[in-house]
Amino acid sequence: MKRHLNSTLVYVLLTIAAALILYPVIYTFFMAVMSPEEASAYPPSFFPHSFHMDNFTEVFEIVPIAAFIGNTFLISGLTMIGQLITASLAAYAFAKMEFKGKNFIFSMFVATMMIPWEVTIIPNYLTVRSWNWLDTYQGLTVPFLATAFGTFLLRQFFLQLPKELFEAARMDGCGHVRYFLFHVLPLSRPALGTLAVYSFLNMYNSYLWPLLITNSENMRTVQIGISMLEFQESTSWNLVFAGTALVILPSLLLLIFGLKQLVRGMAAGALKG
Amino acid sequence: MGELNKSMGLGTRSQQQASSKARVHTGSLKIQRLRENALAYTFLAPSLILFAVFMFYPMIKSVYLSLHSTDPAGNVAAYVGLDNFATLFSSGQFLQGIKVTLLFALLTVPVGILLALVLAALTHSKLRGMRIFQFAFSLPMVLSVGSSAVIWKFLFHPTLGMFNYVLSLLHINPVPWLTSPDWALFSVAIMTIWMNLGFNYIILSSGLQGIPDDMYESAKMDGAGPLVTFWRISMPLLSPTIFFVTVVSIIGAFQSFAQINILTKGGPVNSTNVFVYSIYQEAFVNFRFGTGSAQAIVLFVVILLLTMIQFKWVERKVHYQ
Repeated sequence: MKRHLNSTLVYVLLTIAAALILYPVIYTFFMAVMSPEEASAYPPSFFPHSFHMDNFTEVFEIVPIAAFIGNTFLISGLTMIGQLITASLAAYAFAKMEFKGKNFIFSMFVATMMIPWEVTIIPNYLTVRSWNWLDTYQGLTVPFLATAFGTFLLRQFFLQLPKELFEAARMDGCGHVRYFLFHVLPLSRPALGTLAVYSFLNMYNSYLWPLLITNSENMRTVQIGISMLEFQESTSWNLVFAGTALVILPSLLLLIFGLKQLVRGMAAGALKG
Repeated sequence: MGELNKSMGLGTRSQQQASSKARVHTGSLKIQRLRENALAYTFLAPSLILFAVFMFYPMIKSVYLSLHSTDPAGNVAAYVGLDNFATLFSSGQFLQGIKVTLLFALLTVPVGILLALVLAALTHSKLRGMRIFQFAFSLPMVLSVGSSAVIWKFLFHPTLGMFNYVLSLLHINPVPWLTSPDWALFSVAIMTIWMNLGFNYIILSSGLQGIPDDMYESAKMDGAGPLVTFWRISMPLLSPTIFFVTVVSIIGAFQSFAQINILTKGGPVNSTNVFVYSIYQEAFVNFRFGTGSAQAIVLFVVILLLTMIQFKWVERKVHYQ
C-alpha cells in the first residue's frame, strides 16, 4: 500500500516537472499555429483556438528561412563529415600505432581541450577575415573540422577492439590503412554515430561564430535568422514562432532517433573528465 | 611548429612509400618502423594542422594582441606591455562584469544541478513509462541557445508574456523580467537553468546507472529506506559525476553568450554584461582588439584553473579507489 502511494507521488512529481520543462516547447508549437490576432491578444491563450498552418508558408515568404535551413544543414553536415574523418584518423594513430613523439602529441591534443573556443575567437576572426573567408562556407566550417573530444571518444572505442583481430589481419598481410578502412571503421559504427550526432548538433546550434562572420542574409544560419525574425517590426509573433518551430524540429527529431547515441557520447565525456 | 613541419614532411614521404608496396616484404625492421611513423604522422596531420592554425596560433596571437594596442581594423599599433590588463582591472565595468559572471554562475550552477539530480534520482526507479520522462528531461539539451532564447524572450514579455499572465491569475503584480536591472540577470539565469537541465540530467542519470545493482540490493537487505540508500550509497558513488557536472557548468556559465545577446544585450545598465559578452562588445562592437584579447586571456586563465582543479580532484579520487 505504501509502495503504491510512493509511486503515485513519483508520477505526480515527474508529470509536473515534465509539464514545466516541456512548456516552452509546447508553447512554441501552439503559438506557431495561432492566428495573428490570437497570438498578440491579451490575455494570452494557453491553447490555440484556431489552426493556421498558413503561418509556416508565410514565414518562408518573409525571411529566407529556406536558405537559413539549407545553410545550416550544409555547414553542419560538412563539419560532421570533416570531424568524423579527422578524428577517426587521429584516433587510429593514437590507439593502434607506435610512433615517435606519441606522448608529446597526445598531450598537445589534451591541451586543445583546455583552450575555450571563445578565447581564440578574436585571432580566428582576424585570420578568417584576412583570407577573405567572411560570408563563406569555408569560413563557417574549416575552423571546426578537427576535434579533440571526438578523437578521444573514438580512441577509447578503438582501444576496446580485440587485439586478436588486429593480429589476425596482420597475418593476412593487411596493413594499417586497410585494417583501418575495412575492419576498424565498420566495427566502430556506434562510436562514429555518437560523434556524428554530437558534432552535427553542435554546429546546428552554434551562434557566436556565424553571428560574427556572416553578413549577407543568404549566408546566415537558422540560429541567427531566428533571432533576426523578432526584430522585423512588421512580423507578428505567430510567424516568429512558426519559424522557431521549423528550426527546432530537426533537433527534436534528432533527439527522438539519437537519444541513445547522444547519451553514450555524453557519458563517455563525463567518464573521461 | 617544428613538430608539425616534421609531420608534414614525413606525411608526403609516406605516400611515396606506400606506392611501392613491394618494399614491405623486403624492408628491414627499421624501415618498417619508419613507415609506421610516417603513416601515423599522415593520420595525425589533418587534425594537427587544423589545431595549429585555429587553436595554437590564435592562442599565441591572443597573448600577443593583449600586449598591444590595435587600430579599428585589427592591425597592431603599438606595444603597450601590461597596460591593457591594467586598464581592465582599474575599470569599474570589467570588475562589475566579473561580479556579474560570478553571480550568474552562483544563480545557475547549484540550482541547475540540484534539479537535475532530483529528476535523475526519481527517474532511476524501475517504474513504468520512465522513458517518456527521460525523453522530456533530456529535451532542452538539443534545443539551441539561439532558438530557446527567442522562445523565452516572449515568455518574459512584460505585458503579453505567459509568465506575467500566470502571475496576474494569482493576483501577483507583473514582474519586469528583462527590463529591470534587479531582475534581468535572475531571468536569464532561469532560462539558462532550463537550458542546461538536459545535459546535467543526462550525465547524472548515466552516473546513477553506473552504480552496480548489488550495492542497492545489499542496502535493501540491511533494511535501508530509499532516502537513506540515496544519501549513503548513491551520493558518495555519484560524487565524481556531480563534481564533473559542477565544473562543466561553471565553465559554461563563464562562456555564456547567446542567451545574453538575445535576451538583454548585456543590459539594462550592464546588469547582465557577462565575460564573453564583454569580450564581444570590446572586440567586435568597439573594435578594441587589444583589450578584448586581454579579457580573453583572463577568461582563459580562469577556465584553465577550473579545469586543473578538476583534473587534480579526479586524480586524487582515482588514487583513492
